[in-house]
Amino acid sequence: MSFKGRDIVSIKDLKKKEILHILDVGEEMVPIAKGKEKSNLLEGKIMASLFFEPSTRTRLSFETAMKRLGGEVIGFAQPGATSLQKGETLADTIRTAESYCDVIVMRHPHEGSARMAADFASVPIINGGDGAGHHPTQCLLDLFTIRKEKGKINGNVIALLGDLKYGRTVHSLAYALSLFKAKMIFIAPEQLQMPKEVVEECQSMGAEISFEVDLEKAIEDIDVLYVTRIQRERFPDPEEYNKVVGIYKVDTKLLKKAKEDMVILHPLPRVYEIESSVDKTKHAAYFRQAFNGVPVRMALLALVMGVRK
Amino acid sequence: MKELKIQPIKNGTVIDHITPGCALKVLKILKIPEERSHSIVSAVMNVKGKRGKKDIVKIENRELDPHEVDKIALIAPNATINIIRNYEVVEKHKVVVPDEIIGIVKCANPNCISNTKEPIQPKFVVKSRKPLRIQCFYCEREPEDISSRVV
Repeated sequence: MSFKGRDIVSIKDLKKKEILHILDVGEEMVPIAKGKEKSNLLEGKIMASLFFEPSTRTRLSFETAMKRLGGEVIGFAQPGATSLQKGETLADTIRTAESYCDVIVMRHPHEGSARMAADFASVPIINGGDGAGHHPTQCLLDLFTIRKEKGKINGNVIALLGDLKYGRTVHSLAYALSLFKAKMIFIAPEQLQMPKEVVEECQSMGAEISFEVDLEKAIEDIDVLYVTRIQRERFPDPEEYNKVVGIYKVDTKLLKKAKEDMVILHPLPRVYEIESSVDKTKHAAYFRQAFNGVPVRMALLALVMGVRK
Repeated sequence: MKELKIQPIKNGTVIDHITPGCALKVLKILKIPEERSHSIVSAVMNVKGKRGKKDIVKIENRELDPHEVDKIALIAPNATINIIRNYEVVEKHKVVVPDEIIGIVKCANPNCISNTKEPIQPKFVVKSRKPLRIQCFYCEREPEDISSRVV
């Protein structure tokens, strides 16, 4: 198993045992991620952080991951101040940036942009989200969180809730959970249900899948509730968005019916789908999940730059 | 008139059994006629054959590489390539869908990076041959109607 020089564009680029290895290395990184231990594992290394789209958690946790391991960060959080404004192609930006760094982390609004960047760059490309395409590091930190919260990935009933049609994180997560032959409930209104090809792929991998529209009906069976935001920007038709926005709300009333040890995850940002009163309950794991982005991304950076095997 | 339609050529390439109505698309995919080329090209559409209607394309005095012509398998999966020398068929090849399709089909996803000004050609990988399913190398979407996406 070698990660040195590898691009991480999609979760499908990784085998199950490789995913588990990343999670294990991530586990070792936790004390460093918390600032309790110091590390100079990536001293002398530079990460280019190229964010062509807004991001809070992904960008900040990657930059924190790099700095906690003694590395340096260059880059931009908005393309406005770069040559892209002058009409430069992404391909040229990548070829320029790669000569300044050892790894590139990027987020871009076009699907397939990270795959294209990987074709042009000789340094590893880590995809921090490509439009409605992939977001593999989110998927890894979701798996990390499920394992950490529940002690294991398989053997849990994991419900994916909300926009399962356009949400990029849920497609990758459903695929990754299928590698572990997970039991999943896809909870969504009919027009936002998981695309058929994703469902078929998951089933062919041995996942046990059921469908539900009503969250209340399913709540008592769930071990992990993965909530997603219904994202206006992903809807081609605003009418369709207006029909479904606010359809699900996780609140303390609903949680009375949930298992004692049920945990709620959310890739964040949330808008209306989880009430703030839920934050104080034992079920809320989404801020711990956001922290987990740091050790998982530390693991990935160390692995693709070959300083950790 | 009948003679004119099926007139044999002395030397060159005949692409036979093209899906009816697709002859011009085939020429477009093969970028025929080439600029400044003097070779005579004829396309015949809706010819009656043993297995129903078909289109035929003839390119005189130019031998196409049969594997290069495989690109047309996307829209004409039953086509055959005949290399003609001195009125004789010296080589016959049935098109095969290649593993990768580059620069022929445009991705149906308007937000795909291949539909922007980037210096790349649209690229698809073949997921299955029967039925034919192709997937964009970049955004991984599968076009439903492949022939309508031919560049």
